[in-house]
Amino acid sequence: MKVIVGQGSCGVATGAKKTADEFEHQIKEKGLNIFVDKTGCIGTCYLEPIVDVYDDEGKITRYVRVQPDMVSEIVDKHLINGEIATNLEISEVDKEFISKQKRIVLRNCGLINPEKIEEYIAVGGYEATRKVITSMTQDEVIEEIKVSGLRGRGGAGFPTWFKWNAAKQSPGKEKYIVCNADEGDPGAFMDRSVLEGDPHTLIEGMIIGGFAIGASEGVIYVRAEYPLAIHRLELAMEQARKNGFLGKNLFGTDFSFDLRIKAGAGAFVCGEETALIASLEGERGMPRLKPPFPAQKGYWQKPTNINNVETYANIAWIILNGGSAFGAMGTEKSKGTKVFALAGKIKKGGLIEVPMGLSLREIIYGIGEGIKNDKEFKAVQMGGPSGGCIPVELIDTLVDYEHITKTGAIVGSGGMIVMDESTCMVDMARYFLDFTRKESCGKCNYYRIGTKRMLEILERITQGKGKDGDIELLEELAIKIKEGSLCGLGQTAPNPVLTTLKYFRNEYEDHIYNKKCTAKSCKALLKFTITDKCVGCTLCAKKCPVNAIKGELKGKHVIDQDLCIQCGKCEESCKFNAIERD
Amino acid sequence: MTCQNSNCQCGSKGTSDFSELTPVLEEYAKVPGSLITILQKAQDLYGYLSMDVINYIANETGIKAAKIYGVATFYTQFRMKPIGKYLIMLCQGTACHVNGSKMIEEAICEELKIKDGETTEDGIFTLNNVACLGCCSLAPVMMVKTVNGEETYGNLTKEAVRIILKEIRNRES
Repeated sequence: MKVIVGQGSCGVATGAKKTADEFEHQIKEKGLNIFVDKTGCIGTCYLEPIVDVYDDEGKITRYVRVQPDMVSEIVDKHLINGEIATNLEISEVDKEFISKQKRIVLRNCGLINPEKIEEYIAVGGYEATRKVITSMTQDEVIEEIKVSGLRGRGGAGFPTWFKWNAAKQSPGKEKYIVCNADEGDPGAFMDRSVLEGDPHTLIEGMIIGGFAIGASEGVIYVRAEYPLAIHRLELAMEQARKNGFLGKNLFGTDFSFDLRIKAGAGAFVCGEETALIASLEGERGMPRLKPPFPAQKGYWQKPTNINNVETYANIAWIILNGGSAFGAMGTEKSKGTKVFALAGKIKKGGLIEVPMGLSLREIIYGIGEGIKNDKEFKAVQMGGPSGGCIPVELIDTLVDYEHITKTGAIVGSGGMIVMDESTCMVDMARYFLDFTRKESCGKCNYYRIGTKRMLEILERITQGKGKDGDIELLEELAIKIKEGSLCGLGQTAPNPVLTTLKYFRNEYEDHIYNKKCTAKSCKALLKFTITDKCVGCTLCAKKCPVNAIKGELKGKHVIDQDLCIQCGKCEESCKFNAIERD
Repeated sequence: MTCQNSNCQCGSKGTSDFSELTPVLEEYAKVPGSLITILQKAQDLYGYLSMDVINYIANETGIKAAKIYGVATFYTQFRMKPIGKYLIMLCQGTACHVNGSKMIEEAICEELKIKDGETTEDGIFTLNNVACLGCCSLAPVMMVKTVNGEETYGNLTKEAVRIILKEIRNRES
């Protein structure tokens, strides 16, 4: 019997470490001979901390939301008496969150201990590497990836085999393979989960990629904000070296390959290939003109192939199961599965991996169970700062590269932020512009100055100071920035504004002409009033920083609208829901 | 190495004892492309990058101080000012924004009487807004970092964050 506690960043943030410590403590105290182990992200973040009890026959019982004070019940009932603590067990509905998925990239996440290479080997780990190095040619590997139809999972969706082939055909003895693990899209966390939950899958994908293009050295560029991922990756690399999967003359052949980690220092633009290379070389991460492409002149001017974590995490599976098995899933031009990070105003948030071509409705309602607090679904943001907002009318859009691009958003790295009626779309656009403006590397004038000007316009609109002509000005700037920027970041930065203007133009007009925020979210445009629910507790009057609330004890209070500064303190403090937004 | 210009704001005091950095420089100074790594290690050691440490690295590596300053100010990870004992990294990712991270920021600012990027007078807390911590399903989220490691807090509310900060402050006093 053993106890496994999920300890990805999400789990740890909900107290999984304390839960695990409590298990160890009680098991020791009660003299039991049971091992407490850890695993990576299971994907059902909303159920964390998650505890799996494996009995001696290998049957798994999953307990959810296990806080330290619930541990003794599981120890006494299950570990000692062999009875399942059914009240703490995962529900049938929650089981469906996982059973409705098709897991390739996340196949081992939450099942194995990422800090033990033996567990990865036990589930067929490094078999693909062995097969490739001992029995395949470089062209055969690339052909297998071509058959699979795998496209880059980092955002652009470029065919992986094409990049590999270009790097392979580039002349030169010294080549590099690089992994972009600088997951910068605010709202996507699949790469973190793979790094934390199954680091060997990435290492394998990079060894195979390195073999295919003829590289003997690989670099993983990881975000500094992911300390746990860096730690587990370092451990995994060390274990792979000890087991002969990294180093000289792998499997007794001429092929040598090793990896190292380079911690990024925080710059969104480093997701762009040429900027990433500049950063690897210790420079400011600024993009340069292409061509030459990295496949021709990349890291230290040598042919370089760059893919992201999720792309590499598919490789070993494709080699073992065949490219056609991967290609059998998905749609005509978007093959295989894709991991999405479901978050925002969704009931069941987490990481999900599904075949390409499901509809947004199937993902949001079928797997995510719809909107929190049963509010109305308004839109879903896909593709992060380079993407856009897809409105409720388009909820039956199929999720693949082609269909999502048609809406004006992009699949991107797979962030899906769900929004309800209380999310203001103008504020969303402002949020993303604030992000992209800060992340400008400064090279292109249109991007550097244009995003700043767009942000100023959006800020004044959300503050109720929008002017006639602002919408047209935003549109003009958006087009100019797209035309006048060198890299993908600048060319896509206006997308959040353009898509919200396309689908929610009325909200912009409401803000500017009627001085109203449709979602009742922009505070400067709100009018707070006190309803008959008021019992006269006087709390709001005490909290009001400008003494705008008047009323007798036990009598209904009134807000003086001339004095009110719309800070919302009264609404926060009211225990009777008596403050209304209008 | 003392700064000669009396009007200069660089804060250089001419201190030059950076012996802790010697092993790092021995390992990386001659390896091309290692500047960011050296700066990361220096920041780990001293908490921030002072003009003195930048000048020292420039002398030891032969990279111009202006270039080092350029790289250091390009990346959000590097700080040019000292920070408090507890670094609060408040996530401003999309999911956190939608779930009210601005309110959490308000609560932290009220509680600690500092703004984004500032440090409390007693030197205990520094607040930094960060792009995304990757715990989107638990939004709003913050990470509190000390020299001993970091702790992540999810599903924050204004009350919850006040309690967390008060607990830390009690521990410290």
